[in-house]
Amino acid sequence: MPSVCLYFQVHQPLRLRRYSFFDVGHTHDYEDGTENRRILDRVARKCYLPTNTLLLKLIEEQGGKFRIAFSLSGTVLDQIERSRPDVLASFQRLAATGCVEFLNETDSHSLAFLFSPKEFKAQVLMHRARIRALFGRDGRTFRHTELIYSNALASAVEKLGYAVILAEGTEKILGQRSPNHLYRPAGCGKLKLLLRNYRLSDDVAFRFSDRNWAEYPLTAAKYAHWLHRIRREESVVSLFMDYETFGEHQWEETGIFTFLSALPGEILRHPEFEFRTPAEVASDRHPAGEIDCPEFISWADEQRDTTAWLGNAMQQDAAHTLYKMESAIRKGGDEDLLKRWRMLQTSDHFYYMCTKWFSDGDVHRYFNPYESPYEAYINYMNVIDDLSQSIKGTKGESP
Amino acid sequence: MHILMFGWEFPPRISGGLGTACFGITKGLAGLGHRITFVLPQAEAISPPFLNLVPAYAMPVDAADLGEGEPVPRRRLAVRPIPALLNPYLSKDRYRELALSGRSGFRESAVVYGHDLIAEVTRYGQAACTIARRASFDIIHAHDWMTVPAALCARRISGKPLVLHIHSLEYDRSGDSADGEILKIEQAGLEQADRLIAVSHRTKRMIVERYGIPPQKVSVVYNAVSRNEAQRIYRTERPGKNRFVLFLGRITFQKGPDYFVEAAARVLKVLPDVTFVMAGAGNMMRQMIERVGELKIGDRFHFTGFLQGEEIERIFSLSDLYVMPSVSEPFGISPLEAMLYDVPVILSRQSGVAEILKHALKVDFWDIRELSAKIIAVLKHPALRGVMVEKAKEELLTIRWDTAAERITELYRETVQSGNGRQMSY
Repeated sequence: MPSVCLYFQVHQPLRLRRYSFFDVGHTHDYEDGTENRRILDRVARKCYLPTNTLLLKLIEEQGGKFRIAFSLSGTVLDQIERSRPDVLASFQRLAATGCVEFLNETDSHSLAFLFSPKEFKAQVLMHRARIRALFGRDGRTFRHTELIYSNALASAVEKLGYAVILAEGTEKILGQRSPNHLYRPAGCGKLKLLLRNYRLSDDVAFRFSDRNWAEYPLTAAKYAHWLHRIRREESVVSLFMDYETFGEHQWEETGIFTFLSALPGEILRHPEFEFRTPAEVASDRHPAGEIDCPEFISWADEQRDTTAWLGNAMQQDAAHTLYKMESAIRKGGDEDLLKRWRMLQTSDHFYYMCTKWFSDGDVHRYFNPYESPYEAYINYMNVIDDLSQSIKGTKGESP
Repeated sequence: MHILMFGWEFPPRISGGLGTACFGITKGLAGLGHRITFVLPQAEAISPPFLNLVPAYAMPVDAADLGEGEPVPRRRLAVRPIPALLNPYLSKDRYRELALSGRSGFRESAVVYGHDLIAEVTRYGQAACTIARRASFDIIHAHDWMTVPAALCARRISGKPLVLHIHSLEYDRSGDSADGEILKIEQAGLEQADRLIAVSHRTKRMIVERYGIPPQKVSVVYNAVSRNEAQRIYRTERPGKNRFVLFLGRITFQKGPDYFVEAAARVLKVLPDVTFVMAGAGNMMRQMIERVGELKIGDRFHFTGFLQGEEIERIFSLSDLYVMPSVSEPFGISPLEAMLYDVPVILSRQSGVAEILKHALKVDFWDIRELSAKIIAVLKHPALRGVMVEKAKEELLTIRWDTAAERITELYRETVQSGNGRQMSY
C-alpha cells in the first residue's frame, strides 16, 4: 500500500527595496527590510505559528504515525533568525519530535545549478551545515528551488551524497507511468527520485477554496478517500506544496486548518496507510524504474519548465549579468560582497520579471511587489550595477 | 442606425488626438453598418460661399482618404463641413490671435466671424442646427465642448437622444485657470446629454467629481489606434549610436513639456550622447527653448515645430523612446502610435491610456527623478526595450476601433431604448 509523503516548502525571499539608478554608487543597502519584516510577521501570524502548533499537536496525537518534511530556504531562515526566534523555536520543537525531516536545498533559493555548478555546490553545503546546526541532522533528501530537476542535476546531487531527490511528477518525464512510485534518475546508481503527485497536491494548494471546482468543498474524509482508492501496488503518494498554503494562500476562513487537522486521522483510518518522510520512503522502497529527464523541468505553471524565471530577454540578461560576476566576487574575497551577490540569486527576483501572465493581470500579481515586470528588471539591474561597481572598487556613473 | 455626428477633422488634415479619435470611431461605426452624417467645422474658405450654411454639398468621403485598404462604403458616410473658425485645440487667446493675424484659414473669414471664440462656437451651433433640421437620424453623437451648442440644438429640434463623448475637459486643458464660459458650456452638455461617454475612468471620475454628474450616466469607452502597416512609408530605422528620445504633442501646460526638459538635463549628465526631440508647437514653446538654453543642453535638444502626416511617421521611426509626461491626459492616443513604430513608451500615470497599457513604463508626471531613471533604463538595457516592444505588439492587437465602435453601438441602443416614445428609423 502507498505511503503518504507530505513535504512543505517554507520560503520567503529577501525583497529588494526601490533602488533607483541615482542610488547606484551611493547606497549599498539593497533590501527592503521594512516590507520583508511586515510580510514575515503576517505569514508567521497567519501560517507558520498556527500551522506548526497544529502539526505538533497532530504528531503527538498520532504517537509518531504522522510524519512530515519541511524545506526551509536560507532566505527565510535569515529572516526568522534575525527577527522571529519564536518561529524558529516552533520549527525546532517539531524537529524534536523525531517525526519531521528537514530537507536540503540551495541556501539562497537560487538557480545556481543552471549557471554555476561550483556556486551550486557551495550553496548546498552551506544549507546542509545550517540545517544540521539548527535542527540536529544532516539532510538526506535534496530538493531544488521550484522543484527544478534534470538528469545532470540528479548526478550532481548524487555526488553530494544524498539518498533521494524530489521532482515534479509531470507527464513530460513520466509518459504513461504513475507518479506514485519511487524511481531511479537516469545516470544515477544510488540516488532515488520521488515525484510530486501534482493533481492531489494542487487539490489542496490551489483548488481547496475554489467555489467553481466540482469537488468544492473539499473535506479531509473525501480527500482521504481519494488516497485510499490508489492502487495497492503503487508505493508512495507525494504531496508537495508551499507551506504558506495553510493560512496565507488559503485563508483560515476557507476551512483549511479544519481540513489539515482532520487529515492524518482520516488517512490513517485505513490500516494499511502510513506517513513516511522522503528519506524514509527512499530507504524502505526500491525504484520501480528509471526516469530520463534531459531538459530542466519544474513545478511551475502549465509548462513545467524554467520559463517563469528565465523565459524572456530581461530575465536572461539579469541572470547572466549576475553570474558573470562570480569570478570577480570570489577573487575579491570580500564576504560582504559575496553575501550580497548570493542574496541577488534568489529565484523570486527573476520571477518578478516574468511577462507570461502579466498581460492577463492574474493571480501571480498578488505575489509580486512590483507594478510590472519592467519595474522589477530595472530595479534589479540598478542593484546589480551597484554591486558591479562595488566589486571594481570604483564609484560614479556607469558607462 | 443613422447617426448625426458632430465631429472634428478628417484625414489627411489631422492635427491631434481628437481628430484621430473621431475618425477611428466613425470608421468603426460605418464598418458595423451604421449610416453617419458627419458635421465638422472647417476653417478654410470654401465654395460655395461660407455664408451659405445649408449643406450645399454633401461631400462623400473618398475611399482613399479612409485608408487602410478597407474603404467605408461611401453611402454610409456623408461629410458636411460647416465653415467655421474652429479647431479642437483653440483657446480664447489663441482664437483672437489667429483671427487678428489673418493666418491660414482665418484670413478671409475673420471679418465675418468676429473675434470671440465663444461667439464662434455659438454661431457654429446655429449653423449645425440647420443641418439637423433637414437630416433624418436616430441619435446624435457629439465630441467635446465646442460641439455642445450644436448638439443641444439638434437634440431640441429633433427630439432624438444625444450622446456626448468627452475626450478632454477644460480642467485637463487649463488646470486651475479653467475658463468660466467654457465650463458653463461643458456643464450644460454634460447635464443635458442623454448619455455620456468618457475616454477613460480618469475622465469619468472628473466628470462625476467636478461636474456633479451621476456616475451611472457615464460609460467608459477607450480609444484605440489604426494600424496602417501597409501604407507605412518609413520603416523603423534607428541609426546605431545616435539615440533619440521623443516628446510629441502640443507644447502646453497639459502635456507637461517642462518635465521632459528637466528630465533630459538629468539624463544627459549620465548619457551625454542622447538626443532629445520636442515635436509640436504651443504656448509654452518659447519658455521651453529658454529653459533648454539655461540648462545648456541645446546641442542635444531639438525643437521641430508643428509636425504633420509623414513628418510624424518619420519622427516616430527615428525614435528610440517616446515619453508622454502629461499633467492631465484624458486618454492619449499618441503612445499607441509610437508603439506601432516599435518605440517603447514611458507614460504619465495621470493619463487615461495608462489604464489600458500594461507594456509601457509609468511615472507620475512630476517625478522628474523617476522619469530620468526610466529613460536611462530603456536606453541602457536593450533587453528591456526588446521585451517591451515585443509585448506591446501583442497588446496593440487588442486595442481596436472596431471594439470601441461595438461598445458605442451598445450604448446607442440602450440610449435609444430608454428614450420615451422615441422612434427608430432604419
